[in-house]
Amino acid sequence: MKTLSYMGVAITLLLASACGQESSSQSNPSTADIGFQKQLLRQLIAAKPGDTIVIPEGEFQIDRSLSLNVDDVTIRGMGMDKSILSFKRQIQGAEGLLVNANDFTIEDLAIEDTVGDALKINEGENIVIRNIRVEWTNGPATENGAYGIYPVQTKNTLVEGSVAIGASDAGIYVGQSRNVIVRNNRAEFNVAGIEIENTIGADVYGNVTTNNTGGILVFNMPNLPQPGHSTRIYSNEIFKNNVGNFGHEGTPVAAVPAGSGIVINSNDRVEIFDNKIADNNTANIVVSSYFTAGYYTDKSTQVDFDPYPEGIYIYNNHFLGGGSSPDHLELKALKVARFGLGGSLPDVLWDGVVDAKKMTEGVLPTHLRLCIDNADTGILNIDFQNNYQNVSTDISAHQCHLEKLPEIVLDFDLPGEETGAGDHLAILEEEDE
Amino acid sequence: MNKWKYWTGSLLLLVTTVTAVLSGCDKPRSPVVLFNEDAIPERLSDWNLVNIIDGGLIPNARVLPYDLNTGLFTDYAHKLRTVWMPTGTSAEYGEEHFNYPVGTVLTKTFYYPRGEGISVLRTENFARDYLEGHSGEALDLQAVRLVETRLLVKRQDGWQAIPYIWNAAQTEAIYEIAGDTSRFKLVSDSGDVSEFTYVVPDANQCAGCHADNFTGKKISPLGPRARHLNRHFSYRSGTENQLLYWQEVGYLRGLPALASLPSQPSYVDTSKPLEDRARAYLDINCGHCHNPAGAADTSGLMLHYGETDWRRMGLCKPPVAAGTGSGGRAFAIVPGEPDHSILNFRVESIDPGAMMPELGRSLVHEEGVNLLRQWVAAMSGNCS
Repeated sequence: MKTLSYMGVAITLLLASACGQESSSQSNPSTADIGFQKQLLRQLIAAKPGDTIVIPEGEFQIDRSLSLNVDDVTIRGMGMDKSILSFKRQIQGAEGLLVNANDFTIEDLAIEDTVGDALKINEGENIVIRNIRVEWTNGPATENGAYGIYPVQTKNTLVEGSVAIGASDAGIYVGQSRNVIVRNNRAEFNVAGIEIENTIGADVYGNVTTNNTGGILVFNMPNLPQPGHSTRIYSNEIFKNNVGNFGHEGTPVAAVPAGSGIVINSNDRVEIFDNKIADNNTANIVVSSYFTAGYYTDKSTQVDFDPYPEGIYIYNNHFLGGGSSPDHLELKALKVARFGLGGSLPDVLWDGVVDAKKMTEGVLPTHLRLCIDNADTGILNIDFQNNYQNVSTDISAHQCHLEKLPEIVLDFDLPGEETGAGDHLAILEEEDE
Repeated sequence: MNKWKYWTGSLLLLVTTVTAVLSGCDKPRSPVVLFNEDAIPERLSDWNLVNIIDGGLIPNARVLPYDLNTGLFTDYAHKLRTVWMPTGTSAEYGEEHFNYPVGTVLTKTFYYPRGEGISVLRTENFARDYLEGHSGEALDLQAVRLVETRLLVKRQDGWQAIPYIWNAAQTEAIYEIAGDTSRFKLVSDSGDVSEFTYVVPDANQCAGCHADNFTGKKISPLGPRARHLNRHFSYRSGTENQLLYWQEVGYLRGLPALASLPSQPSYVDTSKPLEDRARAYLDINCGHCHNPAGAADTSGLMLHYGETDWRRMGLCKPPVAAGTGSGGRAFAIVPGEPDHSILNFRVESIDPGAMMPELGRSLVHEEGVNLLRQWVAAMSGNCS
């Protein structure tokens, strides 16, 4: 019976400590970081569905990865410039915050200077990432972490009102997901500003991407569980994405020419409309196959991978400048030869690679074509397959129309709610009262 | 809270475990206590699984030590692993997973052999770790420094990970879900010194490895599976195959004929083919994430034991989202060229943003790194 009474003590201790965990974070931000970190870790680990974990105002040093595995949890700070989790001294973990959970919301905080990815959501449904800032505060550098905001293998995901700065791969990267909205974000000084990869159904609108190597990328990569298609890129401002490529050699984005506004690679059914695209020095829009990206070999690529970008529809965009100083030697030479020293490449740069097997009588069926219906926008077909032999600016084959893609609708995204960071703050403040 | 239910549960367990009479301790001890999921004790000793008695960390009766053919590398820490099941219950054999009964408790105690002063030793010699006459079983606290003890407890709805951290006085391990860090000075057999920070993972990070089915989020034991357990162990009663011994003591049922069972070699057993040793190493160190249902299926790189497609295993496979982890290299494995292979780069890195595995080590595992270099170097062909 001695053992039993002994265990009674243990229970009391446990209850006491459990209660201790409940007390919300009142710690002094500047001095009690280790205490803050332990408490935050405990909150994340012991979270129950329905919990909201509040990150108070202040800058908190975190030295290891945070992670959350519980569904229906909200992490909320006091603003992306007020509640800052700084990983400058991180010694462990491949990301700042790793989430594997459904019905997850994170809003109004910053994650800075992680050694790897800043915010990674690996598998989850109904994900909201709102008014988050991820930043490498030293500016663009190869040694920075790869991805800023990184939902992968998710379903029903909203990324809005957020800011991504300095990622050595993509600032906002949505991979292998389904049903995604990326809107009203700002991506700056990343290799890729916003990247949609192997994702089915994405609306990307109202974003500003500038000072990246490439502004907005829509890619398909081989050897993954899901090929992507159906992305709409509209009403974005995509300008001056001319930062030299600082990606790691070997990574897919390392092949992106500096000065690319929008890059479509190997992906299908992409609609680009109503954007303002300006002053991207290689080209305002690049459409290319997996071959041109330089990754393709028979050995490296699954047999059934489709390397051709098909069903690309460009219309009603406002182009200005761009193409005046392309990256990569071949393009530089081509520009001078074809358009002169003071000239520029046209707005759309296309590698001209098509799947000959899908042609009938030498032409692609319309639904697989690159269609351009955009005032006097020009195209440059570099004829990559034939080593630049028949470079052409003939747009006639591209004067076609494609069926428009449906809007992405997220059940949790209230209809008619026109978003902007300010509106959301107002709504949140109301909720708090 | 739910105290009444808890008391009755414990009483029942006491009654059942008191009748156990297997060897494993020399003095009468209180039986193992199986605590409820929501009543985890602050002190490891309360479980009566492994306790400090007369200068040794000693498993209780029916708390059976076991070892693996090849284990996960964790900064050269040595490990004492044990399994306990409630009386009258047993695990059902399965080739990939055993179906462990509810109430099963696995423990894994991470420790280092003590060196001079505050240093600890990097050595493959385990013989000095144990109390005399208790080889493989009872740790000699004069000889070792205990770091952490992790429990996995099988509940009705799955496994629960319960981490304990040993105090500086080495008298007790305390429940800590938020992890910990401590600095160590590690001295190798040849006298090389490396200082490093040992990171105890937090409870969520346990799932980072142990949820090998990431989608289901359920965590499961990684080591005690047929192919890892299928080896000899020196019990007090003599040396015997672990799977047969488990069957004898009533911990395992449905065991097929031994000759038909899967077995992985020890990665250091050079009498075994290089290919088998490398695959065994990758399986236990990488396969828990790099499998078709694991957290790293996002990469398309599959390193688990069952993979047969060489491209999925990395041969000439370009990276997807490796970021810093690419190391400027184009393919996971370039045959014959470990210096151009991302796989080798990542296991050789200690940058948290690039290294693999992502968790569980702060140091490079030289022996593992060398094995994987030999493996890649021995491959023929090219990626062009």
